Amino acid sequence: MDCIVIDDEKMARVIIKTLCKEIDNLNVIDEFSNSMEAFKFLHSNDVDLIFLDIHMPGFTGLDFIKTLKDPPKVIFTTTDAQFAIEAFEYNFIVDYLLKPVTAERFEKAIEKAEKLFYLENLDTPEKKENRELVEEEPQNDFYVNIDRRLVKIDLPSICFVRAKGDYIYVKTDDNEYEVHASLKKIEQKLPTSLFLKVHRSYIINVKKIIDIEDNSVLINKDVIPVSRSNRPDLMKRLDLL
Amino acid sequence: MEKPSLEYLHELARGDHSLIDQLTEVLLAEFPIEREEYYESLKTKDYKLIGQNVHRIKHKIIILGLENAYEIANQFEHDLRDDNLDSDKVEEFEKILGSISDYLKTI
Repeated sequence: MDCIVIDDEKMARVIIKTLCKEIDNLNVIDEFSNSMEAFKFLHSNDVDLIFLDIHMPGFTGLDFIKTLKDPPKVIFTTTDAQFAIEAFEYNFIVDYLLKPVTAERFEKAIEKAEKLFYLENLDTPEKKENRELVEEEPQNDFYVNIDRRLVKIDLPSICFVRAKGDYIYVKTDDNEYEVHASLKKIEQKLPTSLFLKVHRSYIINVKKIIDIEDNSVLINKDVIPVSRSNRPDLMKRLDLL
Repeated sequence: MEKPSLEYLHELARGDHSLIDQLTEVLLAEFPIEREEYYESLKTKDYKLIGQNVHRIKHKIIILGLENAYEIANQFEHDLRDDNLDSDKVEEFEKILGSISDYLKTI
């Protein structure tokens, strides 16, 4: 099993890594001093298990697990037993280790994780079919980093996105967000079935168009410019509606 | 009064001396920073921040086998969560920090 360790305290990470070394087939592939770094890592890397501290400044372990879309197994590590009840509300939480973690208790937690891991990886035809269905399911939301918080944005609620220097401005039905990202980056996240780049600085949700003029579209009360080169694509899309 | 010890770290290292050295090195490097951050936060009277620093130090306290001190730190942290900064607890916690600092000078 490949795992990562998330804890703001270096001593705690070193202890978990030390305990992991004693277990065959358990590889620590990385460690993080905060949840945000781990969140970014998990965007492009798969792991089987996370050792996660609950009590971290800013983005806590409990906040973190709520952001996981396809969560791996998680073992909580903490000095506070009081969070145990909330932690076990999630079926991917394997165990809850109170610090200081002993080797004996650690091994028991790993045994639990291994059992679940191998059971879930037995590939039955039904599981395969279900997995394929899940994989085909379109993405309906994503998270953006605003003031060290991860805010969930529902894709269908987005009216348009505008480039604004090093930031992008995202207007939704109910909110407005300024996110440190490029238009190109967010364009890759937005489904082409719903969104279209109509100008070098604008991506719009075509379902939100109220009115169209020669060089602009109206979305709610906002007039969005449409560049000449992007206009044919927009017209094609309207034919499809 | 209970005294700090490295028993837990020795158990963890299972006789591996280089590992014990590595673990104590981390302890020696991290504790003074956390202690300093605690005192800095105390000046700000930001209870949440003080509580976070106490929480981090709590782990070091229990690693060093200081069970009574751990209970004191735990209560201190919980009081801070309730926006209560008790000067007696500050003093008690300071004694714990002093005791650990003195011990770390000997290892």
